[in-house]
Amino acid sequence: MTHKLELENVHKSFGKKKVLTGVDLAVDEHEVICLIGPSGCGKSTILRCVDLLEEIDDGEIRLDGSAVSGPGVNANEIRRRIGIVFQSFNLFPHMSVLDNVTLGPRRALGLDRALAEDKAASMLERFGLGDKIIDYPNQLSGGQQQRAAIVRALMSEPELLLLDEVTSALDPELVGEVLAVIRELAEQGMTMVLATHEMGFARDVANRVYFLHEGRVLESAAPDELFSHPTQDRTRQFLKRVNDAGRL
Amino acid sequence: MAERGRGHPDTVELSERRRSAIGEMFREEGAKGALLAALSTIVFVAVAWVLVVQSPNWPKIQAQFFNGEDFAAAWPDVVGGFWLNLELFGYSMLAIPIVALIIAAARSFRGAAFFPIRLLSVVYTDLFRGIPLILLILLLGFGVPALAIPGLPRSVMFWGLVALTLSYSAYTAEIYRSGIDAVPESQRSSARALGLTQWQALRFAIIPQAIRNVVPALMNTVVSLQKDVALISVLGVREAVREAQIYTSRTFNYTSYIVATLLFLAISIPLTRYVDWYTARDRARRSQSSV
Repeated sequence: MTHKLELENVHKSFGKKKVLTGVDLAVDEHEVICLIGPSGCGKSTILRCVDLLEEIDDGEIRLDGSAVSGPGVNANEIRRRIGIVFQSFNLFPHMSVLDNVTLGPRRALGLDRALAEDKAASMLERFGLGDKIIDYPNQLSGGQQQRAAIVRALMSEPELLLLDEVTSALDPELVGEVLAVIRELAEQGMTMVLATHEMGFARDVANRVYFLHEGRVLESAAPDELFSHPTQDRTRQFLKRVNDAGRL
Repeated sequence: MAERGRGHPDTVELSERRRSAIGEMFREEGAKGALLAALSTIVFVAVAWVLVVQSPNWPKIQAQFFNGEDFAAAWPDVVGGFWLNLELFGYSMLAIPIVALIIAAARSFRGAAFFPIRLLSVVYTDLFRGIPLILLILLLGFGVPALAIPGLPRSVMFWGLVALTLSYSAYTAEIYRSGIDAVPESQRSSARALGLTQWQALRFAIIPQAIRNVVPALMNTVVSLQKDVALISVLGVREAVREAQIYTSRTFNYTSYIVATLLFLAISIPLTRYVDWYTARDRARRSQSSV
């Protein structure tokens, strides 16, 4: 059976700095995968490579079994099938919430304005932003901005949703509302890859957790197993540090 | 990032920042300060005026530069010429922003395939910023009509406009580019992630933010353009400066130049004040939204 998303021996360097040194990873449809590991281990870079925002140096990325990395691929086409949400929201500050979430469908998918706006209104309503439609991003709290960014990513009905430490830039009291949204998406069967520092949440929603160290997957397992019985020293050290910091 | 409920900016500080330079000059404690400022200004101007008028050379200066009769005589022709300056100013204000934006956008395309476009943009800005404007005006204004190529416009006014546009759009493109560079890279990523093409990402996400970043700088360029349109007088176009020159060479009186000076100032001083006011307001708004 082909996986929804598959990474094979993916390498990526920025200048002389090797960020990914042979990543292997597989995600099946309706699965939720969490990437954990210390800062700089390559979590975000993996997500950016999957969305073709970075070009990989070596290896292969496959979506539904066909290679998307490398030449001869319409990158815009692939990006339309994948949604990504960033750590710092990255909403467009000069546009209302409504324009932010309808930009992609209207311009990239060619959806009619009225249709896009109807859809946006009902999506924003569903995510508790019904009264923020005409507001600008800087009028929203961090949690609201991040939920708007999630709606923006969902508007084109992606087959795969990538979430890059989406709660790291939030005040602690706002983290819950964003995690609740992700949990709901997981329950509805959205295929997701999350880079996260929220270990408790990862343990709750993930089908499989990958521990990354120095640009490669050191071990991966079902969450209970990885968190309770890590096989690698590095994983144990990392989890202990997280635990000591009160984040588990 | 703006975060509601995390405390609002200090309102006192804000209202102070909102003042423009003129407001800044009058900034003192309350009405008493304003009165003192007004009084001392009146005294200062009065003393300066008396000193100038008392000076032995004043009658000569007045006759040469501030002659009422000459002023009235030169006025119609110089004002008539000034309409040409305004016309040229208007046309170049339409052409320059568009050409400049194309040059700036071309330079910010990514990818190896777009290298020739980027190169062209770099060559353009280097070339036209490197040539003195007056040289460009002479070259195009006299040179091209002299070619007498059928189909090419022969109006010197037209080629003056082209020269102004080439030179100013090179500078303006650099202003746009600094605005584009100031938009965080993450904005480009998030636009591309939606499946937008490079051009769409620039058009909808990057350029609107970039222009907002550089409005004060652009308006300063407008102020300087408004004066530089007078350079086409070297082509013999009978605009304000040329008309003033003609009057002077006929009468050996320089009051006509003062007429032209006043006309240019009548446009540029309000423009400068407006730029100042706008920049101060823009700064205040930014400091508000970044808290």
